[in-house]
This record gives sequence, C-alpha cells and structure tokens, in this order.
Amino acid sequence: MTIMTKLMSAATGLALTATAAVADPAIIFDLGGKFDKSFNEAAFNGASRWAEETGGTFKEIELQSDAQREQALRRFAESGANPIVMAGFAFGSALSEVAPDYPDTKFAIIDMVVDQPNVRSVVFNEHEGSYLAGIMAANASETGTVSFIGGMDIPLIRRFACGYAQGAKAANADITVISNMTGTTGAAWNDPVKGSELTKAQISQGSDVVYAAAGGTGLGVLQTAADEGILSIGVDSNQNYLHPGKVLTSMLKRVDNAVYKAMLDGTDMETGFNVMDLSNRGVGVALDENNEGLVTYAMLSETYAAADKIISGDIKVHDYMSDESCPALDF
Amino acid sequence: MDVIPKWADAVLVPLISLILAAVLSALVILAIGEDPVAAAKLMVEGAVGSTYGWGYTLYYATNFIFTGLAVSVAFHARMFNIGGEGQAMLGGLGVALVCLYIPFPHWALALPVAIIGAAAFAAIWAAIPAYLQAKRGSHIVITTIMFNFIAAALLNYLLVGMLKPSGAMDPATAKFAATTHLPTFQDLFSWGEKPVFRGAPANVSFFVSLLACVAVWFLIWRTRLGFEIRAYGESESAAKYAGISPTKIIMISMIISGALAGCMAINNVMGEAERLVLGSVEGAGFIGIAVALMGRSHPLGVLLAAILFGFLYQGGAELALWTNIPRELIIVIQALVIMFTGALDNMIRMPLEKIFLMMRKEGAA
Amino acid sequence: MTDIAPAIELKGISKAFGPVQANKDISIRVMPGTIHGIIGENGAGKSTLMSILYGFYKADKGEVFISGRKTEIPDSQAAIAAGIGMVFQHFKLVENFTVLENVVLGAEDGWSLGPSLRKARKELINLADEYGLNVDPDALIEEIGVGMQQRVEILKALYRQADILILDEPTGVLTPAEADQLFRILQRLKAEGKTIILITHKLREIMDVTDTVSVMRRGEMTATVKTSETSPQQLAELMVGRKVLLRVDKTPAKPREAVLEVKGLNVTDDKGVHRLKGIDLTVRAGEVLGIAGVAGNGQSELLEVLGGIQSGEGSVKLNGAEIDLTGRHSDGQSRRARGVAHVPEDRQREGLIMNFAAWENTGFGYHHDDRYNRSRLMMDNAALRQDTEEKMDRFDVRPPNPKLAAKSFSGGNQQKIVLAREIERNPDLLLIGQPTRGVDIGAIEFIHQQIVALRDQGKAILLVSVELEEILALSDRIAVMFDGQIMGERLPDETDEKELGLMMAGMTREAAAAQPQNAAQEG
Repeated sequence: MTIMTKLMSAATGLALTATAAVADPAIIFDLGGKFDKSFNEAAFNGASRWAEETGGTFKEIELQSDAQREQALRRFAESGANPIVMAGFAFGSALSEVAPDYPDTKFAIIDMVVDQPNVRSVVFNEHEGSYLAGIMAANASETGTVSFIGGMDIPLIRRFACGYAQGAKAANADITVISNMTGTTGAAWNDPVKGSELTKAQISQGSDVVYAAAGGTGLGVLQTAADEGILSIGVDSNQNYLHPGKVLTSMLKRVDNAVYKAMLDGTDMETGFNVMDLSNRGVGVALDENNEGLVTYAMLSETYAAADKIISGDIKVHDYMSDESCPALDF
Repeated sequence: MDVIPKWADAVLVPLISLILAAVLSALVILAIGEDPVAAAKLMVEGAVGSTYGWGYTLYYATNFIFTGLAVSVAFHARMFNIGGEGQAMLGGLGVALVCLYIPFPHWALALPVAIIGAAAFAAIWAAIPAYLQAKRGSHIVITTIMFNFIAAALLNYLLVGMLKPSGAMDPATAKFAATTHLPTFQDLFSWGEKPVFRGAPANVSFFVSLLACVAVWFLIWRTRLGFEIRAYGESESAAKYAGISPTKIIMISMIISGALAGCMAINNVMGEAERLVLGSVEGAGFIGIAVALMGRSHPLGVLLAAILFGFLYQGGAELALWTNIPRELIIVIQALVIMFTGALDNMIRMPLEKIFLMMRKEGAA
Repeated sequence: MTDIAPAIELKGISKAFGPVQANKDISIRVMPGTIHGIIGENGAGKSTLMSILYGFYKADKGEVFISGRKTEIPDSQAAIAAGIGMVFQHFKLVENFTVLENVVLGAEDGWSLGPSLRKARKELINLADEYGLNVDPDALIEEIGVGMQQRVEILKALYRQADILILDEPTGVLTPAEADQLFRILQRLKAEGKTIILITHKLREIMDVTDTVSVMRRGEMTATVKTSETSPQQLAELMVGRKVLLRVDKTPAKPREAVLEVKGLNVTDDKGVHRLKGIDLTVRAGEVLGIAGVAGNGQSELLEVLGGIQSGEGSVKLNGAEIDLTGRHSDGQSRRARGVAHVPEDRQREGLIMNFAAWENTGFGYHHDDRYNRSRLMMDNAALRQDTEEKMDRFDVRPPNPKLAAKSFSGGNQQKIVLAREIERNPDLLLIGQPTRGVDIGAIEFIHQQIVALRDQGKAILLVSVELEEILALSDRIAVMFDGQIMGERLPDETDEKELGLMMAGMTREAAAAQPQNAAQEG
C-alpha cells in the first residue's frame, strides 16, 4: 500500500472552497446507463463522492436516445447547471455544437477533445499506465506469452493494448503478446461469457498473464483467469480485491477523479486540454495488500524506473491514436 | 351488428386505455416516492408546453409516423411487418451513401434523392422476406424479425469498417456536407427576435411524413391497388377468387411498407444526426407496431398515435432530466401505454360493449 | 298430456345478442323415447336454443327442466351430468387420435390412462352391439369416413351416459345412404328409450324420422305438431310465414351450341392428392348442367379450376377456344374477361369480403372495369355506389343500403349481392356452387327463378349442389361426381334420388343391389 502512493493516491487534502457554486453541477451518462460496472459507473462514483464530501447535490440523466445528447446539454445549460460533466467520446459532436451557445457555462468532457473556450477536455494517457502493466506482466510471466482482451474494438482500446505490448516487450524482448477484442458494438462492454471464452483460448495459446480492458466483460476474464490459475490485470478502478492473490495489478484510469475534480472546481473550473497521465496520477498501476505477494522487488523497481522515465520524457510510449498504428503489436 | 358505435371504437377505447395506463403509471411513480401529479405536469409542460418541447415531440413523432405507416400498409394486406427496425436501418444506409457521395448544391435537391435512396434500400430489404413469404411460405413475422438482426450486423460491419472515418472512435460515418443540412423548425420559423424551437431536432421531414400520411390514405382507400391490398388482407381466398395475385400483393405491400420505414432515415439520420450512427433507429421500428395498432392502421390514427408516442418520449426525457425517476421506470411507463393501447385492446373493448348493450336495452325499454 | 314427465321441458327461454333477439319466449316439451324435430331456416334460432340447453350460452330468461326437475346448466359439463349429449354439425374429434382415445378424451378416470382405455374398450363394444354402431376402436379418426366419424360422436355421447341426444344438422355431410343408416340408428336408440332432438332445415328428414316437430321462425317457436298430422307444404309455410313454391316452374330447355367443353381435366392439390381424375363434360348454351355429389368429391376443385382459382391439366374450351389452365392467363380476371361468371360455393370465404361494404363487394373481381375507375390508378367509388344501389333495387336486397358491410346482411341477401354482381355481367357461362346453402326458403325461390331466367336467355350454366332436391329441380342434365370422377350422366326425368344417391356413393345400381347394407359407409 505504501510504495505506489507516489503514482496513485486519492485527491485528498484539497480544501473546500467556501465560495460554493450557486448552481448545481450536472452529469450526463451515456446510453449504457450509470450502473454499467465500467466507465459510466466510475463517473457516477466520482460524482457521488463529491456529493458526499461536500454535501452538495447534482443533476443527472441517463440517455435513452442519441437525439437526447444535445437536448440534455441544452436543458441543463438553460437551467443554470454549471459545470456540466459528460463521460464518453460520443458526446464530442453534440458538445462542439452546444458549447458556443452557452459561453457562461463550463463543460467537462472525458475521453474526447472539444476545442472550445468553455470546455475542459479530459483525456487519459492509458498507454502509459498500460506500459507499466506490460512490464509487470512480462516479469510475472513464466511461459513467455502474455495477452490482452479488449472490449469494443475502437482506437481507444487499441491504445491500451499497444501500450501494454510495448511495456511487455521493453521488459522482455522475446515475449509473445496475444490480443483479442470482444466485439465491435457496445455489447462488447458487457459480455463476461465471451470474455471467459477468450481467456481460455488465450491460455491454450500459452498465455499466463491476461490484461482485460473490457468493462463488464473483464469480470469474466478475471474470474476465468483465477479459476484456471493464471494471473490477470484489471482496469479502470482497482480490481485487485476481486480475486486476492490472483490479480497481478490493475491499470488505474481515474475517471472518477476527473469527474470529482471537475465538480469540485465548480464554476471556477479551468478549461482547456487536460491530460491525465502518470505525472498527475491520472493513470497508474495499483498495489495493495491483495497483490503484495505477487509483486517482486525486481518487478517493482523496473516498473518504478520506467514510470520515472516516462514522466521525465526519457521513455516515449507510442500512442496508437496518434497515427493508428502500433510498433509492438499487430491488430 | 357492430355493438359499439364507430366513434366509441376509435376514440373511447384508446382514451380509456390511456387513462388506465396513466393510473398505473401514477401508482408506479407513487411507489418509488415521487409525486405523480408533478411528474405528469412536467411531462406535459416539457413535451408540449413550449415550441422547444414540440420540436422534440414532433421529431420523435416523425419517426413513428413513418414506421407506423409502414406497419399499417403491410397490415392492410395482413402482413405483419415486424422488420421496420431493420428496414429503417437500411434506409439510413441509403441516406448516408447518398449524402456522403453525391455533392449536392442545396438541401432541396438532396432531400428527394435521399428519400429515394432511403426508400430503395429499405424496400429491397423488405422485399426479400416478402418474396420468401410469397414463394416459399416462410412466415413473414419470423423472416422480418431475422432480417432486423441481419441489418444490424450489416450496419455494424459497414460502420466499424469501411464507412468509419479513420481515427474516429464512434461506429459512425463522417458528418454529411453542410449543403445536405435539412432546415430545422428553428431555421424555418424563427422570424422574430427570439428563436423558436431552439435547438430542437424537428425538421422538414415532418412535413414529408404528413405528405406520406395523405399518400397512404389515398393509396389504401382510393386506388385500385389499395382495394386489392385490402381485399387480400380481408380474405385471401376471396382475393384468389377475384383473380388478385397473392404474390403481387404480398410483394407490393411489403415493398411500400419497407420504403415507408426506410424514409424514417431522412428524419433521424439526415435531419438530426447528419451522419449515420450505429443503432440510430433506437427501436422506432418496433414503436411503429404499437402506433399502427393504436391508430387502427388508418393514417389519421397513425398520425395522432405517433404524436402521442412522441409526447411520451419527450415527456420521458424531461422526467429523466428533472426527477429522480430512474430511466428504467420511464421505460416501464412508456411500455404500459404501449401494452394498454396495443395489446390489451379487447380488455377495454369487451366491458365497453357490455355497457353499450345495457344502455341500448334501457333506451329500448 | 300424460303423467310421464317430459325428458326436456323449456319454459319461456329468451336470449338476445345485442339488438338481435335470437330466442324469444320459447317453450317446448320433449317426451322421453321420442324423436323430436326442430326445423327452421338459418338464423331462426335453433342452434342458439340448443346451445343454451348444452350450456354454451346462458339464457337471459327462462327455465330448463330435465325429467321434471328444474336444472341449471351453466356449462357443458353440467349438461353432460344431466344426461344430455350433443353431436355437432362440425365434429369435435382429434384427427390423429384413435376412435377409442376420442371416446375417452375428457372422461378419463384417475391419472392413469390404461385402465380407462381398457374399461372404455369393453363398454364401447357393448354400446356398439346394443345400438348397431359398429366401429373399429383402434382406427384413426383421420382414416375413417365422415359417416363413421359421426358414429364416434354419438358413441362419445352414449359413453357419457347420455339419455338425451341432440343432433345438429347431422346429414349435411352424409350421402343419402349414410343418412338412411343414421336414421336407422336413431330409430334403434329411440327403441332403447333414448330421447333424440334432431335439428335440421330439411323437410324430408323431418317427415321421415320424427314423431313430433317444432317449427321456429325468427327466434320464436311458431308451432309444435305431430309429424303424422302435418305435411311438408304446411311446415314450409310455418317456417317462412307465407305460401312458398317448393317446385321450380320451368319450361324444357332448348340447348344450342356447346359453350364449355372439358376434356381429361386433372387436378392435383398442394399435398399431391389427385382431386380431379380425367373429367369430361360439356355445357351447352341454354341449359343447366347439374353436378351432384357428396361434398369433397371434386366438385369444388372443378369450379375452382374453371373459375381460375386453381390450376389444372387437360383441355378446357370456352366457345370453342382453349383457355389457359396454368399460365399467366389462368386467374379469375382472365376468366371474367372471357365471359365466365362464378358464384362460388362459399360466399363468405370467397364470393364476398365480409368486412367490406356492399358497394365494395359489387365491384369485387370486376374492379378493373372501366366504369368503376376514374383513371389508371384511381377507383370511382361514386360510380360503384350508384351501381350497387341499382343492383340492390333489382335484386330486392334488404336492407338496400350500399354502405352496410356484407356481414350485416342475411345469408340470402348476401347471395343476392353475389348473384347480382355475376349475373348482371351478362356472362356466357355461369359457374354456380351451392346457390342456396344457408339461404332462407323465400330467397331460394328467388335465386332459383334467376337461374332459370338466365338459362332461358341462352346462357350456359354449370350448377354444383349437394342438395339433391335442388339438382333435380333445376338441372336439364345431371352428372354425378364421386372421388374426382364423373360416375355418369342422367336426365332428371329418368332418374330419382335413390339412383343418384347410389352413384354419389360410387356405385352403380347393380353393385348396390348385391350389397345393400354397409357399403355406403366409407364414402
């Protein structure tokens, strides 16, 4: 619990500003709904934490149709909600149209860049966190084969896979990295059975560490890995506790922190491009009592060193989304 | 012979259904600790209390008019077209291809071509199950349902693959050119200082759907083809006796039905999203079945029922925005209305028939 | 009357369906050990009355006494318990069950079927012996003839210890020989002390087998008389409420050239069953060719092929020119264009669209005619309505309202609408099937007159009917069909019902003489 605090810790100690916002913040969940055990739920947790800690209230809506994106944005903006937080790249086009109409309202969008003066665009450098996960996987692997299971096959998820492969190859140049995607639609985020099947398939190909970046599908991956006696790597939030001693680590992507922070900043929120990376603890790998036994000192120091180098710029992790290609992995 | 007068059948039955659905919905809302009266007020105000609300209500209604008419036309031939969903998806593909690959100088030119594209793609999609029904006896309900899945898979393939611009995360096409932008109600009616229908997606497609209502009415009740469609629907054996070819009627009615379902795409794809997004139909094809049932397969009834469902959708969105009623319960409320107006029709009609009989007896005595 | 309690006594039974008073204050006494006929036109309320007795409907008013005791009959279970058995017009048998299984169905004891079946088999054999109802307990229903199926229905009722047997139009599906056998069985049941109620609209059956007869008209019981003290003429008048002509007045035919020439016509249906086997026939202008036969022996297929509903193989010439039997011009439209009019056997399923208004039905089949269309696309509804009004006037259709749906007219008026549509076209050949099925006696007279008038105009008419009386009354020549073949042709003056009946059962007179009893059953 002690070692990785440098990389990962909750944003504590931030004093509450007395100038509490007159308006309530609002949050819009994407079509998956706020209890999707994944992205939307992480956003909801961030908002809930803010509400608990500050005693404030927030407005929320779960979308039912695509046409409601713009509608929800406008209605919240017109009602004086500020800031308005939304989780998901799908809001990109709606927000770029709505934001100019409400210059006095602040918007925060996660996983997408919208270039407007009143918008904070929060993107995560998932490839950096995944790189660290890759290093740990390569160190833990005895078979020389590690694997990746993605949810929906979109560039964002390939970015996870690519960072992971780069890290693994950096730690062991001879390692084999297998990658599979669950599907091409939204359903791929919530298909634990398919996740389980993919895991078994990868085990039969020799993999002994599997990294799941697949939302609810990942629960099936972690379960099967634990049942079959191989290691797994969780994603987004700390999933180490799900199968203590069987989950090598979790690649943390603190969507909840991003939401929490946006709400905490309130109407004074700074806008602009906001990259959440290793240096500001937006991404990282999780260490706690559940995986203490799995992480060796050598593994840890290598990971640690790599993190330092990424932060200092000595290691450049290739971002799949910059050119839609990956030097370490073929899709 | 008819026990209930026509007006009661057309007005009273759906009205009582609606009231029952409303009462049940109120109980549901009460049960989760919210105020049903406030919720109803919120829905009414949000959906029809402003030009903005109307702009959304009519946007949804436009979708439902097209799919409702589609189900109606097929139903006059007693073909139960459950494939409106898939046909509308294919219609969307037609619109997208037209808008992406033909450079239009003006929307007025783009609209008719897009209508043709949408109708053609969807009609072909409906024609395959129709052919299987007419020539092979494969049940149209089964095949159209299956074709919904095939359509979804096809669009998935195209939108994840070749139609998606590189680097984009959404399974969606690129945005259409600005010249294909259909004027929204805001563009059309904001003459004064203050814009009306602000930001609402209702657009000229609504007027196209009204024209479609008139056209369907004319087709069914004024043309020889409509006569044959209705005759075939009422009695296949009688149609054969009269020399009406079942194959021809099945094919034509399903093609018209498919084309109408496809035309929905000019509203949601061309008018609203201005690009083709995966899953853009969002169940409107299925709502069309309820709309057609409630509207008694008559274009006027379909129009009114579609507006009602538009109201429910927009009202439901307002509920989601301003109350803590969860999304799932809002769907329950919408489903209650569909169930009462669509499926449980006879539950209302039979007691009503009894009442009318009693009244008549007393009147006679 | 006597001091024996009547087997059934109904007192003041009334039943209304909406505005229609189906039964009005009906009282009737049926003495035990008699055959009691109930006669009336279609829609007179006979079936409603029996349905009340069998527990299908609840009477609005009135009381039922069984063997002198007031009995409530809320459902058919109660009716069975009261000793009432019913044989419906349309049998309620499970086709792919055996006779035995059908008899036991619904009357099994306990949860295990074996003992029930064993017990039933014994009982069935006893019953069969007692009443002369021989059937094979292990035959499948779908494999035995209609006459046999009817026996199974009767056995079902007897197995449930019915003392009172109601038969609803039992002879509709039987050959005359089968009908005679049925009546012999009924006599035997009567001799054993059973009470039988026979519902029919056929005067002959009433005269032949019943002891007493009740006449119903428009929901009322107009008379109950001893059969021996009445006459068919009197019963017909009681049924219709006025004097009726039971025979058709017509002059001898003056046939001219052949209009329809059929040679070697074959039809095989979708299931591969050979329905028509080499039919040869000719219909000349100015004559009526009557086709007699028990329903289901190919008459329907003959009409359908000629009317363009079904395809067939062989040669059919109309006015000397070959017509298309399979290709593009084998549909009803093409036939109409060639001067063929068709009054189909089942007007409710084919001739009319029951939910369409009368004016829409008037154009049905002829909706391509120029006079009903404004343009290539649009129909001329006003012209159709106008035309319908004129036709309704000429054919005395009541009520004369073109906007009324076809289903709102009585059977006779429906038939008049079809007839008006087809006859008014001035066709060369009229195909007409069961012209008076379900039609009241008053309208029968009118329809028969129309057919004769059309003949006298020099038209060729092909008449199909299962009513032998009708065939004999209208035809100038009679052809008998059995099993998809023409058994032979007779002139009406030179034959009688008996001979035709035998031919309908597939036999020649000589063969029938050799084997008079059981041969006709399997027809």
